[in-house]
Amino acid sequence: MDPLRRSPSPCSPQASSPESPPCEMLGYVGIEAVLDQLKIKAMKMGFEFNIMVVGQSGLGKSTMVNTLFKSKMWKSTPPGLGGPTPQTLQLHSVTHVIEENGVKLKLTVTDTPGFGDQINNDKCWDPILGYINEKYEQYLQEELLITRQRHIPDSRVHCCVYFVPPTGHCLRPLDIEFLQRLCRTVNVVPVIARADSLTIEEREAFRRRIQHNLKTHSIEVYPQKCFDEDVNDRILNSRIRDRIPFAVVGADREHMVNGRCVLGRKTKWGIIEVENMAHCEFPLLRDLLIRSHLQDLKDITHNVHYENYRVIRLNQSHVLPRGPGWVNLAPAPPCQPSSPGLTKVCRWAQDNSDEDS
Amino acid sequence: MSKGQSGLGKSTLVNTLFKSQVSRKASSWNREEKIPKTVEIKAIGHVIEEGGVKMKLTVIDTPGFGDQINNENCWEPIEKYINEQYEKFLKEEVNIARKKRIPDTRVHCCLYFISPTGHSLRPLDLEFMKHLSKVVNIIPVIAKADTMTLEEKSEFKQRVRKELEVNGIEFYPQKEFDEDLEDKTENDKIRQESMPFAVVGSDKEYQVNGKRVLGRKTPWGIIEVENLSHCEFALLRDFVIRTHLQDLKEVTHNIHYETYRAKRLNDNGGLPPGEGLLGTVLPPVPATPCPTAE
Repeated sequence: MDPLRRSPSPCSPQASSPESPPCEMLGYVGIEAVLDQLKIKAMKMGFEFNIMVVGQSGLGKSTMVNTLFKSKMWKSTPPGLGGPTPQTLQLHSVTHVIEENGVKLKLTVTDTPGFGDQINNDKCWDPILGYINEKYEQYLQEELLITRQRHIPDSRVHCCVYFVPPTGHCLRPLDIEFLQRLCRTVNVVPVIARADSLTIEEREAFRRRIQHNLKTHSIEVYPQKCFDEDVNDRILNSRIRDRIPFAVVGADREHMVNGRCVLGRKTKWGIIEVENMAHCEFPLLRDLLIRSHLQDLKDITHNVHYENYRVIRLNQSHVLPRGPGWVNLAPAPPCQPSSPGLTKVCRWAQDNSDEDS
Repeated sequence: MSKGQSGLGKSTLVNTLFKSQVSRKASSWNREEKIPKTVEIKAIGHVIEEGGVKMKLTVIDTPGFGDQINNENCWEPIEKYINEQYEKFLKEEVNIARKKRIPDTRVHCCLYFISPTGHSLRPLDLEFMKHLSKVVNIIPVIAKADTMTLEEKSEFKQRVRKELEVNGIEFYPQKEFDEDLEDKTENDKIRQESMPFAVVGSDKEYQVNGKRVLGRKTPWGIIEVENLSHCEFALLRDFVIRTHLQDLKEVTHNIHYETYRAKRLNDNGGLPPGEGLLGTVLPPVPATPCPTAE
């Protein structure tokens, strides 16, 4: 019998499993100081955040990234002057360390020039999925090492911002295909790019239509409904889900408006202010990505998407006998509560074993 | 985890630390009750809430430690218990479908009670701490410090510190884990001046100068537990709870647990058969780049 499974020998511990009745306190102990301790440690270590922007060229992706982080992450190439359109999809990553009020953020932005630019765009999502899975693989390999680092460098993609061209009609087949595949692997936030080409009414109609399309094709974009942990989350996230996809405008030039210096785009008929909620929804996007949901994005990537990937890979190894850790291959798996991905995991694993047999 | 012989005031101290009845004191020996033949390990869990912060506290007591005539290897059950907790965590971690938050039953901190003989550390103390400082964070504490005068106290402390150093026993905060200069200066001060803390525990309240304080009442005065000039309980409490709680957990996780994990994996060339596959090589990533497609 497995020596570790043997119940503890008589001279040692029948450690009673701790019942946890709440305890009456007779005075102040100071437990809340642990929050300060956590904060100090977090500040020392800094944070990492990896974001990927996907969309056709000319939709203002680079400008948007510059606007989001208020710094020149990239030089946006003016259209036409850059070299010939790349024949295949390439992926560029740029890393910067941003510091504000003592908090360091290591930000990595991955761009995907050439996406959807060819005549035949079949399988143009493969390199992107490959890249995302490669990052999961790197993390998994680090985690499996015998002597592993104290802090595993996290290069997994936490959020993918997908730029939808402002056609005004509905999602194109390319968009739908891409979103369907990607929302299972990574947190996807769709945005309507270059929203200044639509009027407010057109924007609303477009948004409703996109939401309808997403629902019809059961595409779960971030924030996913099934991960809402409690009532407060649900209320907050419902409000956000109502406004997704955000209609954004990016700008990195400043202009004077009413004596204030604002980021905006100057046209003959007026100045479109990026940070003005009446003009576009850029502040909502920024708040979602950075101010309110950054940690949540990372948590969901780590707890759900990465775990799904890990389960698949470990099952693939076929080295294990089918111990208790084996994924349930029943046809209609009553999956654990919060992960749409698990259904797919079960289905995929079943497909896999069907292929093998 | 608190260890030390019976009668050193471990349960009282734990109650004082968390200002609540977390440990039941061993009642005075009945005639019928036998002294336990071997070291028992009792774990009791409580949930403490303060200012919206919930803490699940588990106190592990070790009655019977060092109480026998022949105390050889009495640290073994304790070391085994600690390693069992690491093993539990490791098993969960390598599971294929693992929980979102793995329940952490590992021992983050071990308070070792030294009896206030006034001379030096006993061989039992040295042996125990030598073995256990490698697997868990040990904080040595001089128990029942009200039996010593101030001079006796400081002499005893110095002697204990020197003995620990001579024997190569690294107690928490370990020198090698100081991350930066700030930590180093802070911890050096604690290591060289305050540790081991000379404490007095009490869960009874008395009136002193119009204030209600926790203390021990004797014919010659009241020993106030929270008064720094009387004993160092306040220092211990601040150290364990208010400033170093998170660090204790991190050192346990990043260092002691990782050491255990590396040893386990190296010993077997992978985990025991039947579970997990650490140490074995994963098959190469399939040619189609996306396992989740289609």
